[in-house]
Amino acid sequence: MSTTLPHAPTEERVNYLNADYGWQSWLFTTDHKRIALLYLFSITAFFFVGGAFAVGMRLNLLRPDGLFQHDTYNKLFTMHGIIMVFFFLVPSIPATLGNFLVPLMIGARDLAFPRINLLSWYIYIVGGVFALTAIVRGGVDTGWTFYAPFSSTYSNTHVILAAIGVFVSGFSSILTGLNFIVTIHKMRAPGMTWGRLPLFVWAHYATSLIQVLGTPVIAITIVLLGLERILHAGIFDPALGGDPVLFQHLFWFYSHPAVYIMILPGMGVISEIIACFSRKAIFGYGFVAFSSVAIAVLGFLVWGHHLFVAGQSMYASMVFSFISFLVAVPSAIKVFNWTATMYRGSISFETPMLYAFGFIGLFTIGGLTGLFLATMAIDVHLTDTYFVIAHFHYVMVGGMVLAFLGGIHFWFPKITGRMYPENWARIAAIIVFVGFNLTFFPQFIVGYLGMPRRYATYAEEFQVLNVLSTAGASILGLGYLIPMIYLAWAWRKGPRAPQNPWHAKGLEWENSPSPPPTFNFDEQPIVTEEAYNYAGEVQVGRH
Amino acid sequence: MPTLSLVPPRASTGAGQVDALYGYLLVVGIAMTVLIFVVVVFFALKYRRKSPDEPPPKPIHGSIPLELTWSVIPFLFMLVMFAWGTKLYFDNYTPPRDTLDIYVVGKQWMWKVQYPDGQREINELHVPTGRAVKITLASEDVIHSFFLPAFRLKHDVVPGSYQTFWFQATLPGRYHIFCAEYCGTNHSRMIGWVTVMEPVAYQNWLAGSATGASMAEQGQKLFDQFGCVTCHVTDSQGRCPSLRNVFGNPVQLEDGRTVVANEAYIRESILNPNAKIVKGYKHDVMPVFQGQISEDNLLQLIVYIKSLSASTAAPAKAAATQVQKQ
Repeated sequence: MSTTLPHAPTEERVNYLNADYGWQSWLFTTDHKRIALLYLFSITAFFFVGGAFAVGMRLNLLRPDGLFQHDTYNKLFTMHGIIMVFFFLVPSIPATLGNFLVPLMIGARDLAFPRINLLSWYIYIVGGVFALTAIVRGGVDTGWTFYAPFSSTYSNTHVILAAIGVFVSGFSSILTGLNFIVTIHKMRAPGMTWGRLPLFVWAHYATSLIQVLGTPVIAITIVLLGLERILHAGIFDPALGGDPVLFQHLFWFYSHPAVYIMILPGMGVISEIIACFSRKAIFGYGFVAFSSVAIAVLGFLVWGHHLFVAGQSMYASMVFSFISFLVAVPSAIKVFNWTATMYRGSISFETPMLYAFGFIGLFTIGGLTGLFLATMAIDVHLTDTYFVIAHFHYVMVGGMVLAFLGGIHFWFPKITGRMYPENWARIAAIIVFVGFNLTFFPQFIVGYLGMPRRYATYAEEFQVLNVLSTAGASILGLGYLIPMIYLAWAWRKGPRAPQNPWHAKGLEWENSPSPPPTFNFDEQPIVTEEAYNYAGEVQVGRH
Repeated sequence: MPTLSLVPPRASTGAGQVDALYGYLLVVGIAMTVLIFVVVVFFALKYRRKSPDEPPPKPIHGSIPLELTWSVIPFLFMLVMFAWGTKLYFDNYTPPRDTLDIYVVGKQWMWKVQYPDGQREINELHVPTGRAVKITLASEDVIHSFFLPAFRLKHDVVPGSYQTFWFQATLPGRYHIFCAEYCGTNHSRMIGWVTVMEPVAYQNWLAGSATGASMAEQGQKLFDQFGCVTCHVTDSQGRCPSLRNVFGNPVQLEDGRTVVANEAYIRESILNPNAKIVKGYKHDVMPVFQGQISEDNLLQLIVYIKSLSASTAAPAKAAATQVQKQ
């Protein structure tokens, strides 16, 4: 049922945003949509903190002899990594769009554990406060990877504070994952079978499995690191009887799967956007859905490809190399299926679709350069150079951040009830794309030429490529600022959005107003069709 | 050095092989990227929505043959990457029998290099062309990584263990040494130069930098100085096992295991003698040297103990003469 026609301007009816006012109504809310917004504002703040460190790094690298003290530069890249990985990328899509949309997409009133959902945000903030305290008190210089024995014995910076921040925020990630798994298992609307789940939900299910199974390992690793740093227990430092390579195994056992925590939800967003703006069911739904699960499972078995030059057994390296190639297959399957979805589609070019195009291109490059690093003899030359930095950012920024921006634009009318200015948004998307490539493409070349990562100063022949990279970063920065401004404006002043401005399929668009009411649906939705049934009859909330 | 080259200089036999594999990956990678780019742009233009109320297109739910095609064909290309990359990796990290051994110790923030004949350098490495060189790496503090871009090689320098790799230089010149594993404040200053020389020039350089005592001789001096000689007497009558002909041979342990006496075993037996006790000998006879001896000295002791084995007798002089033969 629906009393509002899709095109009629919505009256300002009671919704989750205006149902209640005052700070208590936000800080004590158990509404998944409000918690999603709490997360959205927090991670955006962390994104700009992390971005500010990147600005410092790119400025330093304008000159071969650097601009800042070495210690300052070392702290800049460490804090850029810690903030961006643990406080932006890991929670970025799951805790914001995932939190907002998973219940809406499966036809539930909320997540299974609304209070645990709120708790997870508080835990995240506590973790963030520890990390920010470490920064304010002088910073950390271990690199985001915290390699021992440097971190456990040699560094004179606030390692413990930052490590506690990462440790604590991990629990927020575990709780979010747990909440999603239970919600997706137990709270699907009648008729919402596993085969009808939107691919966004499948991606979040796979992500949640990694969060729940992987995150405890980083927590254990950090505790061991703390035991060695504070109590001098010999775990990683050979001078105390420990093994430094053990740290790397433990660290990457979480941190490699964690890159899939960061990219899988982005893939979910792209599946939704491509289906909507091609007006077509996703080609190979089952393959795309199960490739998420395959990535989650195989992703746990490839950590050793970070240790090809670390003194790990050659035969272990060989096995890790092989499985790393295997995990490339489900990623490739997704790219091919998205492309095939566009075949004979009805394609339009609104901003979310532009970000999806960008994602496909940049993720393809990011994925293919991952094959270079899985190839052992090539990795020996490339590991710990700028090639790795470029590869990682093609996946994490070119992939994840573009998917995040695409998703924010796509669901902006749903979240705020307003439309964003389409032309500004298109221009910003193009600026982001151009700036991104100019920043990171030169880093592939300078990496193969041999420039190591984490260098405050570098050989003169690398300067041209570094200056190009810094120039690109300034364009990229502009591309991030423009959406901040017009989205903030549109939230208050943008034209009111109809319930379903994109004519998209899915319960969140067809069965719930924009913005949704506190309990999401006026009536319990019942699902009678496959996901992405763009060709079928328009059946808005049919009983 | 040209400012805008796309590959670093190729100065070893392995560098060309790595570049060839890199070329294969680039061709496959660029072909895939172009393919996807062209198809996406083509679809986007051909199937663009011509009017807002265009009827929704017919759904296409998928195709098993297509899914298999685009899973299997890329995977076959990847299998070539895997096999080729693994072969090269095993080659690069498995030194041939007869090598010129050079020892590198990393510490915050410098590289200390020792040659078998006793020459020592800091942040400089000299190697001849046409001869397999084995580098043994040790660290005095944190993890470093010894990176030689012109040879397409690096290996982490892991405290508490020895790591090795080898190469055969081909092109005389001066090339970068970088530390590639972040190691603290002056990580980016932990850099140096590897100088590749023709064998004759190398021989002259060795002669000009001679210090008098070879590594083995320096090790022998330490062997006396630390009092090792009082128990490890050269026949087998001492309280501790004789070290003659130990290196490179199997050793029977009291717990029944047999291990081969390599550098790692000798290192452990000096630093922590109780870890492995030779059959017929007692615990707690030898003092623990963990923290008592520098990595440089430890390497000299090991080279000395190596020289006591018949198969590798007088390694220092042998290496030098072999260079001359080139």
